[in-house]
Amino acid sequence: MTAELPAPVAKPRFESGFLTPYAFITPALLVMLGGLLYPVIMAFYLSFYDWEIGRDLEDAPFVGMTNFARMMTDPQVWEVLWVTIRFGFWTITIEMTLGVALALLLEKPIRGASVFRTIFILPLMVSPVVVGLIWRYLFDARIGWINYYLGAWFGIEPQVWLGDAQLAFFAIVFTDIWQWTPFIFIIVIAGLQALPSEVVEASTIDGANWYQQIFLVKLPMIKSILVIALLMRLIDVFRGMEVMLIMTGGGPGRSTELLSLHIYNRAFETQQLGYASAISVLLIAIVFGISTLILTMANPMKSRADV
Amino acid sequence: MSGVSLRNVSKSYGDVTVIPDLSLDIAEGEFVVFVGPSGCGKSTTLRMIAGLEKVTSGQIVIGDRDVTWVKPKERDIAMVFQSYALYPHMNVAENMSFALRLAKRPKAEIEERLRVAADMLELTPYLDRKPKDLSGGQRQRVAMGRSIVRDAYVFLFDEPLSNLDAKLRSSMRTELALLHKKLDRTMVYVTHDQIEAMTMADRIVIMKDGHIQQVGSPKDVYNTPRNTFVATFMGSPSMTLIPAELSDDGGTTFVSGDGFRLPVPDRLKEAVRNSARRQVTLGLRPEHFAAEARTNNFAPVDLTVKVSEYVGSSQYLAAQLGPHAITAAVEVGPEADLLTDGTYHFDTSRMYLFDTQTEQAL
Repeated sequence: MTAELPAPVAKPRFESGFLTPYAFITPALLVMLGGLLYPVIMAFYLSFYDWEIGRDLEDAPFVGMTNFARMMTDPQVWEVLWVTIRFGFWTITIEMTLGVALALLLEKPIRGASVFRTIFILPLMVSPVVVGLIWRYLFDARIGWINYYLGAWFGIEPQVWLGDAQLAFFAIVFTDIWQWTPFIFIIVIAGLQALPSEVVEASTIDGANWYQQIFLVKLPMIKSILVIALLMRLIDVFRGMEVMLIMTGGGPGRSTELLSLHIYNRAFETQQLGYASAISVLLIAIVFGISTLILTMANPMKSRADV
Repeated sequence: MSGVSLRNVSKSYGDVTVIPDLSLDIAEGEFVVFVGPSGCGKSTTLRMIAGLEKVTSGQIVIGDRDVTWVKPKERDIAMVFQSYALYPHMNVAENMSFALRLAKRPKAEIEERLRVAADMLELTPYLDRKPKDLSGGQRQRVAMGRSIVRDAYVFLFDEPLSNLDAKLRSSMRTELALLHKKLDRTMVYVTHDQIEAMTMADRIVIMKDGHIQQVGSPKDVYNTPRNTFVATFMGSPSMTLIPAELSDDGGTTFVSGDGFRLPVPDRLKEAVRNSARRQVTLGLRPEHFAAEARTNNFAPVDLTVKVSEYVGSSQYLAAQLGPHAITAAVEVGPEADLLTDGTYHFDTSRMYLFDTQTEQAL
């Protein structure tokens, strides 16, 4: 027996709540457009003009590709790019190694581990401007602690840390490592602690020794986390400028002038806003290229399902 | 003797003692299942055999070798974990051969062992896949395969089937039993599921609060449980315990209580005579109820049925015997409707009596 059913109701054209997800992403989208996309587009636009502060943008002469052509042959740009690459290589290599090593050491619940962990992440909480100031005084040739203790403990002659090209480069690398190793440390330790303990135990039973366990099991399992940490540090290297601006101003010469600091100097010291914008476009292109390369080589979003 | 021996093993975490004092001998080639509720110390015991936990005191011997302080990898063991614990970044072949590669075995040997194990577990088509591309049952097989290629002296299983669905679990039980026959290795298996214990074990070790309650074959622990804990833990649905009293009436001893009076079977007469106390706990297994008396041993009982559950060949009754809540599993024919209040029959030869105070079997 089939019961009388009521007449079927038409399927609704839009399910209720169809717009809800869009409503939620709209504010974020607006902020992204206003705070991120607009400046990028403006930088791109400005790079075709010769514009100075104080002049109306409408009056700025259009110069076409001149700024880009100049950039390609500008030895200063290539010099600071080289400084940036060297800076990135040394800081990121040492920070990754040190951060991962510290995380592996402090991963076990040993006595006092939580105290160490807290101490290690303190540098992260200091604003870059303050970091610059602190280390400028520490490295100061006359009144700095570093010279004082090197002399008092090791009998080493005072060095003009921030006045010598090589020493100044070392100083900014050292400062960057001091501030950013904790970042790698905190990300990696979070990853290690999220590893399923049974997998690590299985490798113990399979006969992996301490370093085999680290290199064949633990690190491969947190690969996506390592990639993300690497990516964020790489972008930071091309972005960072406050610490160098305060410690050395980019000098002596251009030995500590990173790309973004160079752009800043061009724009606000020498008033070449159009040319500075052209260099920013180069910076955006480089960062975009590196990020895409890393993300395609090791897609951290995809392999997330591994863990 | 060879096999696995635990001698006065104890384990404490700070002030908390998980295993006070445990001794057990497992014969070579035996399939022993540790069973008990969660927190009874069965997993801790297994992990101490594996060497993943250090003993607080006592001795562990594997194959005539004192391994109490030996590292896991030198104990000649293989272990299968509840979560499978596969290496997510390695494919099936790499997962299974990891231990052999670490041990630097010759390539030809690794390939041969891998082939045999993959064949046995029907994993050959999946050797190139990563664990995330496998189903739960296949992952479980890889975890087994990883231990099989090791060809270890002892295989340890820590609730390996708990993450599988019911159907797969029962087919994996059969495969495990088959595997044990093929490999002829000592196997120690931990589970909280008494059915797994009953179906696979040569011997069952029932644990509670860090103490072994009883060790015996499935037949032993089911038919002659040593105390009320074992009696209620083994068997499904579980045994009902009812307070009762012993009385003599014209040469026959009866066990009686509110709403029932049953003759004590010959099997228990001696024990009852020796018992100092008259207060006892009566244990009735649900499956020993029937709709009709089949032998002289069956005695009538009046049940008030609250709920009856149809499970195919039987019906499970949640019923009252006098004021006591009991469970009965009554076999029914295909025509039977849901059972209701009435007079049922209990096979008194299968009753259990326990000392109410010590909870030990009479």
